[in-house]
Parts: sequence; C-alpha cells; structure tokens
Amino acid sequence: MDRLLEINGLTKKFGPITAVDNISFSVDRGEVLGFLGPNGAGKSTTMKMATGYLSPTSGNITVCGSDVRRNPIEIKRRIGYLPEGAPLYGDMTPHSLLNFVSDVRKLSREDRRRGIEQAVESLHLERVLHQPIETLSKGYKRRVGLAQAIIHDPDVLVLDEPTDGLDPNQKHEVRELLDRMSSTKAIIISTHILEEVDAVCSRAIIISQGRIVADQMPSQLEERSRFHNAVGIRITPDNAEKCMSILHDISEVRSVEQVIQSSGLSELVAFPHNGGDIIGPVRSALDQNGLMVDEMFVEKGRLEDVFRNLTIGGAPNESGDDTGGVGVQEVANHA
Amino acid sequence: MRNTWIICRRELSAYFTSPVAYVFIVIFLALAGGLTFFFGNWLERGQADLQVFFIYHPYLYLFLIPAVGMRLWAEERKSGTMEFLMTLPISTGQAVIGKFVAAWIFAGIALLLTFPIWVTVNFLGNPDNGVIVTAYVGSWLMAGGFLALSASVSALTKNQVVAFVLAAVLGFVFLMSGVEIVQAFFRAWAPPKFVDSVAELSFLTNFGDLSQGVIDVRDILFFASVIGVALFINTAIVEIKKSA
Repeated sequence: MDRLLEINGLTKKFGPITAVDNISFSVDRGEVLGFLGPNGAGKSTTMKMATGYLSPTSGNITVCGSDVRRNPIEIKRRIGYLPEGAPLYGDMTPHSLLNFVSDVRKLSREDRRRGIEQAVESLHLERVLHQPIETLSKGYKRRVGLAQAIIHDPDVLVLDEPTDGLDPNQKHEVRELLDRMSSTKAIIISTHILEEVDAVCSRAIIISQGRIVADQMPSQLEERSRFHNAVGIRITPDNAEKCMSILHDISEVRSVEQVIQSSGLSELVAFPHNGGDIIGPVRSALDQNGLMVDEMFVEKGRLEDVFRNLTIGGAPNESGDDTGGVGVQEVANHA
Repeated sequence: MRNTWIICRRELSAYFTSPVAYVFIVIFLALAGGLTFFFGNWLERGQADLQVFFIYHPYLYLFLIPAVGMRLWAEERKSGTMEFLMTLPISTGQAVIGKFVAAWIFAGIALLLTFPIWVTVNFLGNPDNGVIVTAYVGSWLMAGGFLALSASVSALTKNQVVAFVLAAVLGFVFLMSGVEIVQAFFRAWAPPKFVDSVAELSFLTNFGDLSQGVIDVRDILFFASVIGVALFINTAIVEIKKSA
C-alpha cells in the first residue's frame, strides 16, 4: 500500500490553548478520509499543518515520503489544498487565477491545458471563467477553490469543507468528482455533513478537543450507534400501546422507545442488546399477535448519534458499546 | 527568481484592477506638479533644473507610499488568501520580494508619469539631464525605502488603516531622523554616538545629494540596505504571523 500522508504525534499549541493534541494517523493512496468534529475541534488546524502552512509545536508530518518541515516547497508541490472558506484573490478571474496557480506550480504547457480544461469542465466553471471572483456566488467561489486544488493532479488532496455553500446538485457533483479521483490519490476532507461521510469516505476520523476519538470505516462507526440494528416500526396510534407491550416482551429487545408521531402514525424503535440482530424475533412476535404494521425497517445506525456521543461532554471515550443513553439533544453543530 | 516574478506580475495586475492605482497616480501627479509650481515657484526661479520638483518628493512619499504598501500583506491576512498563497510551492522570501517589487514598479510608473515636467524643462532651457536622471533614480530608491518599511508594517496587522498610519509614522522617523524633533527624542536617553548615527539614517540627508545629481555610493548603499533589512524583517514577520 502506498502511504502518502503520515502524521505522528502532532501537537499544536496557541499560547495556553492546545488546539491539536498528539494526533497520529496516516492516509494511503486510494483512501478518502473524512475528518469530522465540532467547530473548534482542531480539524482545520491539523489540515493547515499537513499542508505546511502552520508549523506544529511538536510531531512529524510526512507527505509522499518527505518531511513537511524539511522540504516545505517539495511537499506543497505534491499537495492540492482548499483552505477553509476557500479564500481566493477576488480581483482575479477564475481563468487568471488558474493560470497563476499553474505558473507557480510550473506546469508544462500540455499539463496546464489539460489540468485547467478538466478542472473547469468537472466543476462547471465555463460560464464564469472571465468574471472577477469577488462577484461570484459562494458556490462558484468554492468550486474555483476546488479547481485550483486539482489542476496539477496532486497525489494528496486536502479539502477543508469542500461542499460548504454548494446546493444539493453541486454537492452531488463534487462527491462524484472525489469518487473519480479517489483511486489515484490520498484525499482528506473535513465536513460537517455526516451523510457526506457515508457517501464518499472510505474512512472517518472524529476529532474532539484536539484528539482523535474514533478512526474507523463509516459502517463501523454506525455500528457504534445505539440505533445499530434497532428496528423501527410505524403503526396506527390505536395499536401503538399493544405493539409496545409485545415488543417489551421479546427477550432480545432491550428497550422500546416511542420516537415521534407524525403523519398520523406512531413510530416505535426497538433497541437490541449490544447491537444484536432482532428483526426476526420482532417480526414473528408481531405475526403471532396478528398485529399489522404500516412500515418496519432495520436501522444501520446513525452517524449523528455516534458523533454526538463522541464529541459532547468532553471525555473522549473509546469503548464501543458505551454509546447508549444520550437522548435527543441539541445538535453540536449544524451545517 | 521565476516564482518571484510570477508573484510580482500578479500583484502588479492587482494594483491596476483596483481603482486605487488610478486614484494614487492622479493624486501623486497633481501634488507633485502643484507643489513644484505653486510652492516651489519653479517658473519664477528662472532656472533650468528640477530642484524644486524633487525637493518635495520625500514629503509626498511620506503619505502616499504607505497608501501603496498598506495592502500588500494586511489585505492578504484579512481575506485569508495568505493561506492560499503560502501553501503554494513558493518560499516566504519569494512572496515578500515579489510583492515589494510589484509595488516598487508601480511607484516607478507613477514617477515616470511625471515626465512632462522633464520635457518642459528641456523645452524652456538647457538643464543638466544627468542631474535629473540621478535625481529620478534617487527618488525611486527613496520610494523603495518607504515602500519596504510600509510592506513590513503591513504584515503586522490585518487592518489596512492601521498599516497606513504605522507606516507613515515609521516613515516620518526615518525621514526626519536628522531633524530636531526626532533627535530630541533620542538625545534624552541615548548616548551621543547613537544619536549621531540615528541622524545618519535620515532619508532626507541621503536623498539630498542624489537629488542634486551627486552620486554618492553611500547614499545608494543606504537605501539598498534599508530595503534589504526591511524586507528581511518583513519575511520574519510573515513567518511569525502565519504560525500564530
């Protein structure tokens, strides 16, 4: 496996505040790493260090085999970076900006033509190519920022909130673009949008208060949710009581909750012990009692739920089965 | 070198895509001309030289050059583009020099646009054009000195107004360091030797000879060192500020 980015014991202190606290992880070619965490958790700071903008207080960063501190220029050549908020020179047009970046990156005439052409095409920038960037909408600015990060076909792509400010169609296109590029690159994206992790990431790191609290595949993270393998049932309100008591009596079911009542139906969720599979027993118990349900489904687990559990309350908790107990609270961050 | 030039080109085009450039050039030309004719009584003097034209340059630069230099880094920091720029494969030094040279070329263009006065003096009389060329070069060097100070100060803040005021104050100290107001400030606490060497740092003194056509290597070295030292400090400030 081709290890393109390796971070070891990375720490960054701003005066008395520790923004990033002893973080270690690595990213291989072909991986898309999702970087999750509440605002101020240290995501952007970590990315700024990985791209050679901030210098770490301690720890090592290796990009494509060279040390960021020893060869800053060399590693910047191998990285494509979209900084937080996609800051760009407002007085330039996308066309002049992309040419400026190609100049600085010393692209050959052929590479420049191809790089700009592909970036413009895949991010749909044709219409605004000659308008000053300061006059563009947020979505266009973000896409110009993405374009400048990919024109040199970098090995490592670091994108700080790449889909922020994009509409659902644009988000979808950016995800497809990341998907296409993922096989040949190591990609790190930070995001607030949890569905994005499911959609594009092969791995997710959750960081809270400068520390890594989870580093797993999205599906594994979902398993840590108390909703993992829970069975949701929608049923008419008249039958809700009866259904609830039936569910309670199933030995495999740990607890039952009435979640919401909408569209005239009651929704019940039956939680299993330790994420076990309970759809079979639930179905047969309902059948035996001749109870008709309108809808029944197995939950994969809710990332949002895992995210809240790992990032609220401070104390990083690595144990996998201790994710129950937190009800619906205020969402820590909302994109 | 190539990177420095790429940065320089971008910065230069940034000057000309904003109205600031044109406002600056118009004001510079109007003031330079106005001072020469009305305060310097250039025509009444009846001498075929540009003495009274160049004599006002230090004071013009004191206020106008900070206006050129204030945006160099403050704007970059304010808009966050510093992160974009400094994660491109260029060194801090290349960025610092590229930006400075762009602003210096811009100041040079403004200075060159005063050429009608040179045409006029040649039309009216027979001036010593060698003196005039030396004075122009001296003036441009002095502009570089003010500009390098402005650029470093600009890296200290995100606020362009603060950058402007600080640069003007710092420029004043360098301009007037031979004059009593600055000398008195240092004489109160510093040893006489130090006070004398402060006087040596005066832009006014060092520009004085050049503006009269006297090419003294020390004057040229002086402005070159001011630029060099200021840009070195500028680089250090950028390095520190981007890490904090």
